[in-house]
Amino acid sequence: METLFAEKEELTWYLACRVEDVPADGGACVLINGHQIAIYNFARRGEWYATDNECPHRQQMALSRGMIGSQGDEPKVACPFHKKTFSLQTGQCLNDDGYQIMTFPVKVTDGMVYIGVE
Amino acid sequence: MNTNEVMHVVVVGNGMVGYKFCEKLVAKQKNGPRFRLTVFGEEPRVAYDRVHLSAYFDGKTAEDLTMAPESWYAENDIQLYLTDPVVDIDRERKEVRSHHGMVVPYDYLVLATGSGAFVPPIAGVEKDGVFVYRTIEDLDLIQSYAKRARKGAVMGGGLLGLEAAKALLDLGLETAHVIEFAPRLMPRQIDDAGSGILQRQLEALGLNIHLSKSTQEITGDDTIKGIQFADGSSLEVDMLIISAGIRPRDELAKSTGLDTHTRGGIVVDNFLQTSDPAVFAIGECAVVHHMIYGLVAPGYEMAEVVAARLMGEQKEFKPYDMSTKLKLIGVDVASFGDPFIAEPSCRTIAYENKAKGVYKRINISADGKTLLGGILVGDADQYNMLLQTCKNKTILPPDPEDLILGSRGGEEAGAGVMGLPDDALICSCEAITKAMLCHEIGEKGHTTIDSLKKATKACTGCGGCTPLVKDLIQGVQKQQGHYVRNVLCEHIDYTRQELLDLVKMNSLKTFDDVLDTFGKGDGCEVCKPAVASILASLWNENILEKGRATIQDSNDRFLANIQKGGTYSVVPRIPGGEITPDKLIVIGQVAKKYGLYTKITGGQRIDLFGAHVGDLPLIWEELINAGFESGHAYGKSLRTVKSCVGSTWCRFGVQDSVSFAIEVEDRYKGVRSPHKIKSGVSGCIRECAEAQSKDFGIIATEKGWNLYVGGNGGSKPQHAQLLASDVDKETCIRYIDRFLMFYIKTADPLTRTATWMNKMEGGMTYLKAVVVDDVLGIADDLEREMQLLVDTFKCEWKEVVDNPELRKRFAHFVNVPEQKDPTVEFESLREMKRAKEWK
Repeated sequence: METLFAEKEELTWYLACRVEDVPADGGACVLINGHQIAIYNFARRGEWYATDNECPHRQQMALSRGMIGSQGDEPKVACPFHKKTFSLQTGQCLNDDGYQIMTFPVKVTDGMVYIGVE
Repeated sequence: MNTNEVMHVVVVGNGMVGYKFCEKLVAKQKNGPRFRLTVFGEEPRVAYDRVHLSAYFDGKTAEDLTMAPESWYAENDIQLYLTDPVVDIDRERKEVRSHHGMVVPYDYLVLATGSGAFVPPIAGVEKDGVFVYRTIEDLDLIQSYAKRARKGAVMGGGLLGLEAAKALLDLGLETAHVIEFAPRLMPRQIDDAGSGILQRQLEALGLNIHLSKSTQEITGDDTIKGIQFADGSSLEVDMLIISAGIRPRDELAKSTGLDTHTRGGIVVDNFLQTSDPAVFAIGECAVVHHMIYGLVAPGYEMAEVVAARLMGEQKEFKPYDMSTKLKLIGVDVASFGDPFIAEPSCRTIAYENKAKGVYKRINISADGKTLLGGILVGDADQYNMLLQTCKNKTILPPDPEDLILGSRGGEEAGAGVMGLPDDALICSCEAITKAMLCHEIGEKGHTTIDSLKKATKACTGCGGCTPLVKDLIQGVQKQQGHYVRNVLCEHIDYTRQELLDLVKMNSLKTFDDVLDTFGKGDGCEVCKPAVASILASLWNENILEKGRATIQDSNDRFLANIQKGGTYSVVPRIPGGEITPDKLIVIGQVAKKYGLYTKITGGQRIDLFGAHVGDLPLIWEELINAGFESGHAYGKSLRTVKSCVGSTWCRFGVQDSVSFAIEVEDRYKGVRSPHKIKSGVSGCIRECAEAQSKDFGIIATEKGWNLYVGGNGGSKPQHAQLLASDVDKETCIRYIDRFLMFYIKTADPLTRTATWMNKMEGGMTYLKAVVVDDVLGIADDLEREMQLLVDTFKCEWKEVVDNPELRKRFAHFVNVPEQKDPTVEFESLREMKRAKEWK
């Protein structure tokens, strides 16, 4: 994994994958420093998001395989296992208060996708 | 009493009620005063479910019947002594002495000694081959004796006696008799007419019923040879089970000077207190309200009352409703309220159908206003409704016979759930009234069972109230003038049927097109797969192309079923369950190579579990090269067409069911629909393929085929109904084309054919009119639309295997595609493996 540049002191940007590796309006999983991160290409909104790949409900590495969509204005992903849905912006679970996932900033430059990790 | 010290409660008896008392006290102690508990049990094992004792002969083990394992007692600091009955109580010193000599002091004593079998004083009851039916040990004795017996009898035609008679049949005896002293069966629950119907049903199952028989003597030397009756007749039997009632175990109470009833039982007050305030009695050993409650539910309520009072709560044991509903050897029997009250104290309405084995009786107050009680035999579907109507003293509709006969034309009977008073208890497990539910439905907008469960906990206990709650949801919405229109979600304000028509008319082929034209927002996990299904049903293009991959549910997106741990299972199609040895070998080789757990499915094929997502294309490449196709086990589409072997091999078969099953499976494979579709073809009326439990099922007749539709298994099994009889193959296929396409075009998302038909106005009559008589004039369209799907079938997996771009999507990490998910873990299981249990 290549370290591109550090923007803030604690944020490191990692090259994750190419744009075409993530299907439009879907997700894919990347391995960064041993951590599984789900990246979402929300083409319909022209936005990119990244979260933990693990769904905290049953600790399954599956969120990258979930369907994305919106609830009101909030972009979200639904875990394929039991359809827990999480905000892509805050990581808060939207249909079960007890769960929260990590979110990460994403940058897209020259057809490459980068993820900021603290 | 010194309140600083922990008080000591001794429980005598470890039966169901004694156990329940411990359970309740343990639960209550979590937030209240603590007690030390000691339990003495006479039997060698911990409390078990005596109500379902017969299940022991049906394959259940003693462990299955156990209420809580022995470890539970230890975990909750309960000192448990088994095989050690209490033999003496010193009420002065407040201590008990056990058979093994344990002396234990108590602050409170709870007698839960239960009852024993009542054995009438008949000459010869001591002979070998005469048993009672009370404990697991009794059952063990019966079981081993039955091995050398051919003819058996049960004395007693009550509930337990009939259970015992069923056990005799299960144990393989050639002949089983039931002998009842009264002129009818189940004399406490049902009347003569009900008994007559029940008797016919039981005789059809192979039981011989003898009523009004007084047994005089059990004959034989040391071993029973027969039974001699007072009327001079006799029966030859090898064994006899006596089930002539119960006798409360009050001998210990008697010996210590507590008040007992002349006809047996420990006398207690409304608080279950005996004549000694430190001693309680609960369950079948107690006489309360001048009676013995011989059911487990009131026993549990007694346990609750005593546990509550020890914790300082105010609670009283009130007269308990003895209404019961049970399934007796497959026959529904129910009685409620006062089943026997007769004219002139009331008006009685009875309905009897000997052919169907149904008897229903309701007793109505003389003024015709309220329901007093009744009896149901053979069909107890209306039990809940009637019980509520009776308990709540609901004012009856002008034609109260509608209560048991159903409304026959005209206006709906006014005694539905909407006719109940506001304080009617709908969910008795959680004590939820009709008013509470109506409030949640009408004011808070909880209009699904799921959201009502969350909001109120209704339906979460025994689940028996679910049908009433469903009716209530519909009733309240109707009352509010809502036309209930099932729109997809917040993004698409159309029903599935409306959207399908719109998508078709506008020739839309991608999700974005559909959403831009008929929706708003960005879609979600509800509308995406619904639209995906509609697009596939209309155009049958590859579901993974044109941006459609990401609108599929995960299983469709990866053309496999996601399992615990994130691996997938693979199911190749095996049409009609027919497979060559060569193909079997290939499946074995593939499973071995990729380390997969293999299991024969319920649909006559082979499921391979534990495949990493990255291995799926490789696995399928090998399967496809061997001639397999996708089995669509992941899709909402045709699963399997189960078949029996039919006339090709079976000596009973009248048609070649396997060939027809293969033809049908090949025709409808890959057709996407609102939910999964299952089918079956049986080669004769014996119905070994269970076709009547399928969405569409075909049964061979001498003249052709019978077609049934709308069946399903699952949590709410339903039999399919006959759509056409004795039709030839071509007609059969045409009707299936029409039926399936009509379903695909009009059902709500994730609705099986059974549910779809249940909701259809006019039901089967209407469906027949559309499919067979073509009253809508759409039959040609439906057939053409189905033919298009049949003609455009392509194996999805072959297309993926042959397409490098599609193959690339089958990787866990896109930045390290060769690496598998390192978090996937397996455990070994019977020479194979299983997914690691999730936390």
